[in-house]
Amino acid sequence: MKAAGSWVLRMLRGFGRFWWDFLVGDTPEIFLAALVVLGVVALISLVGHCNALAVVALPLLAILTLGLSVRRASRASRR
Amino acid sequence: MSSSAIVLVGAVFLASAVEMVEALTIVVAVGHTEGWRSALRGSVVALFTLAALVAIVGPALVHFPLVALRLIVGSVLFIFGLQWLRKAILRASGLQAKHDEDVIYERTVERLESDADVRQRAHVAFVLAFKGVFLEGLEVVIIVLTLGTSAGRLGLAVFAALAALVVVGVVGVIVARQLSKVPENLMKMTVGVLLVSYGTFFTGEGLKVRWPSGDVALVVIAAVYAVVVWLIVVGLRATTKPQGAIAA
Repeated sequence: MKAAGSWVLRMLRGFGRFWWDFLVGDTPEIFLAALVVLGVVALISLVGHCNALAVVALPLLAILTLGLSVRRASRASRR
Repeated sequence: MSSSAIVLVGAVFLASAVEMVEALTIVVAVGHTEGWRSALRGSVVALFTLAALVAIVGPALVHFPLVALRLIVGSVLFIFGLQWLRKAILRASGLQAKHDEDVIYERTVERLESDADVRQRAHVAFVLAFKGVFLEGLEVVIIVLTLGTSAGRLGLAVFAALAALVVVGVVGVIVARQLSKVPENLMKMTVGVLLVSYGTFFTGEGLKVRWPSGDVALVVIAAVYAVVVWLIVVGLRATTKPQGAIAA
C-alpha cells in the first residue's frame, strides 16, 4: 500500500516536472509574457470587441516577447 | 489539400523528425555499445507506451469543446514555439553553441562503458533507449495531439508523424552515426515558426478573434514570423562571434 502510494507520488512529481520543464524551463520570461499577451488580447477581443486591433496585437506582442527574450539571452552571453 | 493542411503536415512532420533524430542518436549509441537487443527492446516498449497514450488521450480530446481546446492548445504551442524559436535564433546567430548529435552519442557511450557489471549494463542500456525514445516521443505526442485535434485533423497529424518516423528510421539506418549532418537547427527554426503561428492562430480563435480570410491567415502569420526571425538572426550575426558545439 505504502509502495503504491510512493509510486503514485513519484509519477505525479514526474508529471509536474515534465510540464514545468516543457512550459517554463529556462525561459520563465516567455511563460510570463505569454500570460500577459493572453490577458491583453482577451481584453481587446472579449471586452473591447475590437477585432482588427486583436488581429494585429497578437502577432506583434509575440514578436515583442521573442525579441525581448533573445535580447536578454544575448546580453547574458556577452557578460 | 488546403493551405492549412499543408502547414499542419509540415509542422508535425518537421517537429517529429527533429525529436526522432535525437531519440535515434541515443538508440544508435546504445545499440553500437551494448548490442541491439537492449536498444530495440527499450525503443519498442517506449513506442508501445506512447501509442497507448495517443489511443487513450486522443479520442478523449476530440470530445473537448473546440473553443476551449484551441485556447489551451494555442497557449501551449505559443509558449513552446517561442522557446524553440529563441533557441534556434541564438544558435543560428552564434550566441549559443549548436546542438551536436555527436556529443550526445559520445556521452551515451561513455555512460554505458563506465558500468563494469555486464548485467547492470544491459539494464542501463534498456533504460537509456526507453527514456530516449519515450521523452523525445512524448513531445511528438503532445504536438500531434494538440495540433491534430485543434485543427480537426488528428488522422492527418498522426500520418505526418508516422511518415517522419519512417523517414528518420530509414535515413538513420543508412547514415547510422552521421546524424550530426542533419540540419537540425534549420529544422528547429522552421518548426518554431510553424508552432508559434499555430499558437497565435488557435489562441486568437480561442479568444474569439476572427482572422481575415480564415485559414489563409495562418500562412500569412507564418510568413511574417519567418521574415522577423530572419531579420533578428541577420542582425545578431553581424555583432556576434560563433561558439563551438555542445549537447542540449
